[in-house]
Amino acid sequence: MTKPVTLDDKDFGAGGEPISQKGESLWQDSLRRLVRNRAAVIGGSIILILLIGALFANSIAPYPFAEQTLVDQNKVPQWILNMFPTMKPYAQLSSDYLLGADYVGRDLFSRILFGARVSLTVAFIGPIISLIIGVTYGSISGYFGGKLDNLMMRIVDVLYAFPSLLFIILLLAFFRSTFARPDPGSFTYGISQLDAATGGLLFIFIGIGLTAWETMARLTRGQVLSVREKEYIEAARTLGARDTRIMFKHILPNVVGPLVVAETLAIPGYISTEAFLSFIGIGVNPPTPSWGSMISDGAQVIRTYPNQAVFPALALAITMFAFNFLGDGLRDALDPRLRGTQ
Amino acid sequence: MKTDNREILLSVRDLKKHFPITQGIIISKTIGAVHAVDGVSFDIHRGETLGLVGESGCGKSTTGRTILQLYRPTAGSVWYQGKDLAKLKSEELRAMRRQMQMIFQDPYASLNPRMTVGEIIGEPLVIHKLADKKQTQERVEHLLDLVGLNSRFANRFPHEFSGGQRQRIGVARALALQPELIVCDEPISALDVSIQAQVVNLLEDLQKEFGLTYLFIAHDLSMVRHISDRIAVMYLGIIVELTTRDELYENPLHPYTQALLSAVPIPDPVVEEKRQRIVLEGDVPSPVNPPSGCRFRTRCPLAIDICSVEKPEFREVKPDHFVACHVVN
Repeated sequence: MTKPVTLDDKDFGAGGEPISQKGESLWQDSLRRLVRNRAAVIGGSIILILLIGALFANSIAPYPFAEQTLVDQNKVPQWILNMFPTMKPYAQLSSDYLLGADYVGRDLFSRILFGARVSLTVAFIGPIISLIIGVTYGSISGYFGGKLDNLMMRIVDVLYAFPSLLFIILLLAFFRSTFARPDPGSFTYGISQLDAATGGLLFIFIGIGLTAWETMARLTRGQVLSVREKEYIEAARTLGARDTRIMFKHILPNVVGPLVVAETLAIPGYISTEAFLSFIGIGVNPPTPSWGSMISDGAQVIRTYPNQAVFPALALAITMFAFNFLGDGLRDALDPRLRGTQ
Repeated sequence: MKTDNREILLSVRDLKKHFPITQGIIISKTIGAVHAVDGVSFDIHRGETLGLVGESGCGKSTTGRTILQLYRPTAGSVWYQGKDLAKLKSEELRAMRRQMQMIFQDPYASLNPRMTVGEIIGEPLVIHKLADKKQTQERVEHLLDLVGLNSRFANRFPHEFSGGQRQRIGVARALALQPELIVCDEPISALDVSIQAQVVNLLEDLQKEFGLTYLFIAHDLSMVRHISDRIAVMYLGIIVELTTRDELYENPLHPYTQALLSAVPIPDPVVEEKRQRIVLEGDVPSPVNPPSGCRFRTRCPLAIDICSVEKPEFREVKPDHFVACHVVN
């Protein structure tokens, strides 16, 4: 046969520009737009610096986080005295501590650095747990639809009606009392050992995980519902693709964008939940430093030694801002309507 | 007729597809149904192009999709190679899908934006495990070449192509499994007029080369006239007339077909001036509650008493000319 019509536009794309051989995926396009967003880059850099600080806290921090030097309690360096002049009549000077020492003579800077470990762990584990549970639940509900969808979403509605913070507090109290004094060698003993090894974080993760997935499940379901009706899903079905292939190859790659954005924007929530729990004393176990428990300690002496509350609070605020900036940037970058701009 | 051998490739018998309308959030009950396709019967011969025309919402797309079992039919049968597709289990159906493919209307929605063109065209081969990686790549390049696209673009993504190019990608994907039948669901109506002819010519060339059979769904009457061997006219979920192309355009029998054809403008001002249009009164009735007897009677200029009582039989009034009308004899 004769070859099909040779086209003039054979080598040109949608905009009339020549098509080069290497393709640019939507992900690459989004990444390009993300790195052009200044706020997102700043947020990302702060997170990166924090991450490095937390990972190498052992070598960066001048003191171990639990080392008490009682003679140095509440000592401050000169520059803090200049910053808070009201402390001048009674504060003792010491240049050994960058941000001062706390009420039992522990270095505040070292504790903030180690505290970043807790906050960042929550920032990364929280989304992982809620994504695993939420995306699985939501995509099953959205993909199969019908009565199953109805039932699954009503369950979420019921759980959603619970005040989540109260739910986490209840869960923590329940777990801690259940696993308080187990027999060595039993399953509960293992759990409580694991919890102790993580400084009390395990139960916080479980608490956050059990409440945070609901939002993710709803969002995933909505996204799956809309993508499911696209023609390329029908095309895949015409080709003979099975449900699992359609789910993982066609639906999920097209719904992860909004999920990543929502999850990044939810991270400050997880961080503040942990800080709040530690603030009221049911979070991490002392002496593990957490910004929440440090703020709590500092709040006791906020009139006399404001530096002890201000610096952990500043660290918390900056971290939450950083994640918010990054989340906003991701949202703009992944929005398909903005494709090709900038 | 291009086809001399009249081997029947696919037989559709009394096919129905009703979409239930439900009410209530937790306890939902069915309160009615959209009679999208309500008993259509026709044969498709090997190697021919059967055009399926009708106005928006008359059920032509649903017919195409129900034949391919994208929607499972409410009733009726689709016979292919001695098997009723409507009764096949999902695994048997998956195997059968290699023989029947579809080209979609919207080239912007029918390609997964996260996959490269190579992955899209190669996917059918991967799904049916027909080729290893290297063979798939070769096949993809061959297919791209076949539909007139540069085979070096396999690593590009759909959003980098124009509408016509994307539709070619869709055609290449449909061809990958070397099917016998391709359902073309308005493959050109989303394209620029200048591109439409290219895609239609491509489809015709491919048909000649591979002996493909098309079910060509469209609402553009002149395009259907150009590409089809036989044409079926649909109205409100049923086929009102089915005959060869020339017979339909020269000697339309059903009043609806006559009205439809009289709406086609003629590109000659002198003839156009004298042209008599048959203008139908009113709107298409709701498919939820179609009229009794003949579907078309509410708008038919020739309607008589029996039309509201009895459904007209879909009968062969002349060789190869089927009409569903009481008035035509």
